[in-house]
Amino acid sequence: MSHPSSTSPARPITARPAQEYWSANLRIIGICLAIWALVSFGFGILLRPLLAGIAVGGTDLGFWFAQQGSIITFVALIFFYAWRMNRLDREFGVDEEQS
Amino acid sequence: MSQYALNLLVVGASFALYIGIALWARAGSTSEFYAANRGVSPVMNGMATAADWMSAASFISMAGLIATVGYVNSSYLMGWTGGYVLLALLLAPYLRKFGKYTVPDFIGDRFYSSGARLVAVLCLIIISVTYVIGQMTGAGVAFSRFLEVDVTTGLLIGAAVVFVYAVLGGMKGITYTQVAQYIALIVAYTIPAIFISLQLTGNPVPPLGLFSEHTASGQPLLDRLDQVVTDLGFGAYTGMSGSTLNMVLFTLSLMIGTAGLPHVIIRFFTVPKVSDARLSAGWALVFIALLYLTAPAVGAMARLNLLSTIYPEGPQAAALLHEERPNWMRTWEATGLLSWEDKNGDGRIQLYNDRNAAFAETAAERGWNGNELTVNNDIIVLANPEIANLPGWVVALIAAGGLAAALSTAAGLLLAISSAISHDLIKRTINPGISEKGELLAARIAMALAIIVATWLGINPPGFAAQVVALAFGLAAATLFPALMMGIFSKRITSEGAIAGMLAGLVFTCLYIFTYLGWFFIPGTNWLENTPENHIFGIAPTAIGSVGALLNFAVAYGVSAVTKAPPADVQDMVESIRIPRGAQAAAPMH
Repeated sequence: MSHPSSTSPARPITARPAQEYWSANLRIIGICLAIWALVSFGFGILLRPLLAGIAVGGTDLGFWFAQQGSIITFVALIFFYAWRMNRLDREFGVDEEQS
Repeated sequence: MSQYALNLLVVGASFALYIGIALWARAGSTSEFYAANRGVSPVMNGMATAADWMSAASFISMAGLIATVGYVNSSYLMGWTGGYVLLALLLAPYLRKFGKYTVPDFIGDRFYSSGARLVAVLCLIIISVTYVIGQMTGAGVAFSRFLEVDVTTGLLIGAAVVFVYAVLGGMKGITYTQVAQYIALIVAYTIPAIFISLQLTGNPVPPLGLFSEHTASGQPLLDRLDQVVTDLGFGAYTGMSGSTLNMVLFTLSLMIGTAGLPHVIIRFFTVPKVSDARLSAGWALVFIALLYLTAPAVGAMARLNLLSTIYPEGPQAAALLHEERPNWMRTWEATGLLSWEDKNGDGRIQLYNDRNAAFAETAAERGWNGNELTVNNDIIVLANPEIANLPGWVVALIAAGGLAAALSTAAGLLLAISSAISHDLIKRTINPGISEKGELLAARIAMALAIIVATWLGINPPGFAAQVVALAFGLAAATLFPALMMGIFSKRITSEGAIAGMLAGLVFTCLYIFTYLGWFFIPGTNWLENTPENHIFGIAPTAIGSVGALLNFAVAYGVSAVTKAPPADVQDMVESIRIPRGAQAAAPMH
């Protein structure tokens, strides 16, 4: 999908799109941080008793999240954020392409 | 070739490589000295960040920390990696867009106040100096264990090598040596781990091996480990113990503290673009995860391996005769990391939990008279190649890897300290008229002095060396991280609010730590005994940084609400750092 502004990269950023860009960024950050907290503090610590029934190689899912699952999710989250923000930057014409 | 000669050869070769890189990557300008001319690719910067971040503690001690406690110490794993998510989403891209060289530089400009800049410099120096002491002592210990020189000589050699590449090359020299150091440390860490995983589970990938079947017993490895440790009176390896609140706050403190460490943040100033800063944090975590996914496997496997060695017929049968102990135990007894005392005089090695009252009866029935084997945590990693019967060159690699981990972190910390002095104190506060050449010279002198001070502190470590890392994380969490985050995400935070917030976080966190660990860590001056019963709400001093951070946020918002809003040009600056476009053009504004 392409934002109208992407056709004219030199267009100066007016107040409204800058505000919209920032709100969109905050939404993406919010979603990513919710997942960040869910896998570590949630599945890894607080919700571990609820996951106790799910067996993973000699222990339960909560233990796996605490020692491996959360780290793998963190890596995926950062790459997702980097990819999603590059797309958002282009949609709003605020990316760093030399114009 | 003897093991000693092999160690010397491998460590010597790695040092020659670092010096070679230093001569090739000399810095000719302040931009090169502070930020490698912003020309480092995201993948290279990720690798350098991983080496910068993973210290002697990560390399040598973490697997052992996890091995002794099991599940509860997962806090280290989640905390020391989860911080990178905060860094990538909340700080790195915006600080890269800001386009300056140091952390206090942003705080000083955003809060339009040299007071805020100086408070940030103060926090940075406390955090980085406490942290660097641990690295210097770590390097000294690695030298003395593997190269049989005394700790002081070892430290001086290490400091001399860092001196050459850090003073000559600044960030540029440090970056490329860190890339080499990362490769040295990750190879050294994973090779013995692969072999121990193969021996115990037949799976060559340690993180998968951790959740596989233990070949010798036919049970899942973690099941077997839980069974063996509980049979000896220890808590279950995968079980929970202690306060859940404390575990949550400790994990959070490590996460926020990681994101607020100046030597890690400044690494993201070296990439060419804002989008590279985001991506580079991802690569950094990939390279860190390679070690952090391996460490818990090494911990669990080494512990099971040790217990199976001592109880060859299982924990219900008789323990190993001291006469029949394997060779690696003899070697490490000589270092004092392993010691045996035959308390019941039967010539066998009884290893069990003699502090568990419920287990005392069982122990008495079996004729045991106290735990007889004392094992230092660090042995889990250091002795791994010998336990797995690996060739001598792997042992030499561990020596080079441990030194790489300590020196790379030390160099990053020293750069954070010296740039805060030459850029924030000299250029931005005392003598704004200083020339580019003058500032570069000042940066080199500050670096040289910082190395000398750090070396002196490494040789004469204050008695509290073990506690200082907790302080560094707690303070980074309670002071710098909230100030940086609020500076980016709120236009309303005023200089008064930011200064009050940082000072509140600093004072509160220090007071809580000193209450249990003594005023300035002087033994005997603590107000309360450092035991879980005395902790307020069960929160240990190591976990208090997250509470300090909350306090910082609350005070800063409160004070900002009643003080005059920041001037328009500062609010415009906040608008501009939120948008990636123009990062390359952003010239320093004065």
